[in-house]
Amino acid sequence: MLNRVDDNIFEVPMGHQKGMRVPGRIFISDKLLAQVEPGTIDQVANVATLPGIVKYSMAMPDAHLGYGFPIGGVAAFREDGGVISPGGVGFDINCGVRMLRTDLFAKDAAPMISSLVDDLFHDVPSGVGAKGRLRVSEHELDEAFTRGAAWAVEAGYGVPEDLEHCEENGFMEGGKPDQVSLKARKRGRPQLGTLGSGNHFLEIQKVDRIFDEGIARRFGLSEGQITVMIHCGSRGAGHQICTDHLQVLSRAVRKYGIELPDKQLACAPLGTPEADNYFGAMAAAANYAWANRQIISAWTREVFERHFADAKLDLVYDVAHNVAKVEEHSVDGTMERLVVHRKGATRAFGPGRREIPEAYRDLGQPVIIPGSMGTPSYVLCGGEGAMRLTFGSACHGAGRIMSRTQAKKIYGGSEVKEALSRRGIKVMATHPKMLAEEAPEVYKPSDEVVEVVDQLDIARKVARVVPLGVSKG
Amino acid sequence: MKAIEYLEHTADVKFRARGRSLEEAFENAGLAMLGAMIDPATVRAEETWPVEIEADSLEALLYDWLSEILYLFEVELAAFSKFEVEIEEGEGGWRLSGRIRGERVDPERHFFDTEVKAVTLHQFEIKKEAADGGDEIWTAQVVLDV
Repeated sequence: MLNRVDDNIFEVPMGHQKGMRVPGRIFISDKLLAQVEPGTIDQVANVATLPGIVKYSMAMPDAHLGYGFPIGGVAAFREDGGVISPGGVGFDINCGVRMLRTDLFAKDAAPMISSLVDDLFHDVPSGVGAKGRLRVSEHELDEAFTRGAAWAVEAGYGVPEDLEHCEENGFMEGGKPDQVSLKARKRGRPQLGTLGSGNHFLEIQKVDRIFDEGIARRFGLSEGQITVMIHCGSRGAGHQICTDHLQVLSRAVRKYGIELPDKQLACAPLGTPEADNYFGAMAAAANYAWANRQIISAWTREVFERHFADAKLDLVYDVAHNVAKVEEHSVDGTMERLVVHRKGATRAFGPGRREIPEAYRDLGQPVIIPGSMGTPSYVLCGGEGAMRLTFGSACHGAGRIMSRTQAKKIYGGSEVKEALSRRGIKVMATHPKMLAEEAPEVYKPSDEVVEVVDQLDIARKVARVVPLGVSKG
Repeated sequence: MKAIEYLEHTADVKFRARGRSLEEAFENAGLAMLGAMIDPATVRAEETWPVEIEADSLEALLYDWLSEILYLFEVELAAFSKFEVEIEEGEGGWRLSGRIRGERVDPERHFFDTEVKAVTLHQFEIKKEAADGGDEIWTAQVVLDV
């Protein structure tokens, strides 16, 4: 039922589902494809029915079953005739990941890892319903919604260089706090500066392998170096914003007479008030998430400085993996403005794009792909293949292969913790129960996923990092 | 009738909640959602939170009801174990009047399995079916983003 187009490229043909406007494209190896549920392919086909979709409904090699879009889904829509859909962004708007490099090396830091993890767990609130250490005012919350990490830096959390090394320089234009409900504000205010739970984490890592010396040097990475990875999103604010607007867009679907195969694909034609308001609210949530990661970075630096007086932590890059953005891409040889949705997919712009910080522009953007708990993460560099094949997008992680229910039947949280500890990885979590569903075995091996994007020149492998210590919700 | 049934879903939580009345199905859906996060047996019904919802369709009513429970969970930092609702169909749509009972989260006694981020509309359904003996059964099917 899938047609092989080329190595690592499969097509979901037009006939897969009624109403498809374009075919689907899944960028995946034969081995990984064998693990993809049929429902995921149906979800790729569902997205292909949306009005104004350009070229293909795409899925990355970490594709798995989602709601609305598949996880790992990418789709671009024409400004004229296209739509915007919260189903293509998700509830955790601008869930993303950033990597900080330190000037420490594993041999010096080893005796301190345990204490660093304890302090990170203590200083960066995490867990279900966690409240932050911050008490921001209503005005400051508005600033977070409109100016994201830029506001956080001005408020003392970080340095201006951090913003240069952040997708969108730390905030998207067009965030509309007036489209953020009172409920979203009430959820968001106490949670600014919290990690959350589930697959979100704060990890201390070691660079254990360099694939491209030249690019690694430019990204400031070398073997044995200690790095820190922060994976979190827009917390309750983002979840509520999506919930609120999903309802509005469900009504818009009826109003504008759009036929949908899945109600979670609720959307509105670009240019309508419903679409504009959703975009403004989504951008506000994205900005909140950037502010969140920025504040957590500042606290991470404080923890490191307590252990190593002159420790220096610089941001390598910060990427969003649940977001919709207006971008210019070449479509059949002509540059067009498109609204690109990435649902569990990372932007991976190749060399030359003006959106990439000057320091990296001639190389391509750093693409940070976290592994699951206890498995390696990768730093890649956006390639020409991404611009040619995927509207500048790569995978976002390893991708689940086992349900949470199943994981809990097989693994116990304490066993998972012990198994990691035997491998020298220290884990702190609010309760071991939360660890079972995130056991390393429930994800695809991250190296296989990364291999596919490397082979397609979507993003080239630069460095691999392995965890030493993890703080989780 | 199986009041609550959790179904397989790779990344999220999917459930069916049933009731011999619309009200009972809504109550069981609330319990199913909370049950995805925490064992309701560990939650005492000490405090009551009133809920009033109006919606233009039955589906929207269920969506708002579940979303309201999540909202209260997060802003009140409370877990719930008892759900009671009355539902009426009026001229302009549907109306729900409910009480949610539970207690403030105590980290010493309340352990979370997972965090539900939101209620999705993916495969979202509320429907009435005929059952044996002339009864009718309401079934709510929901996928939660976790």
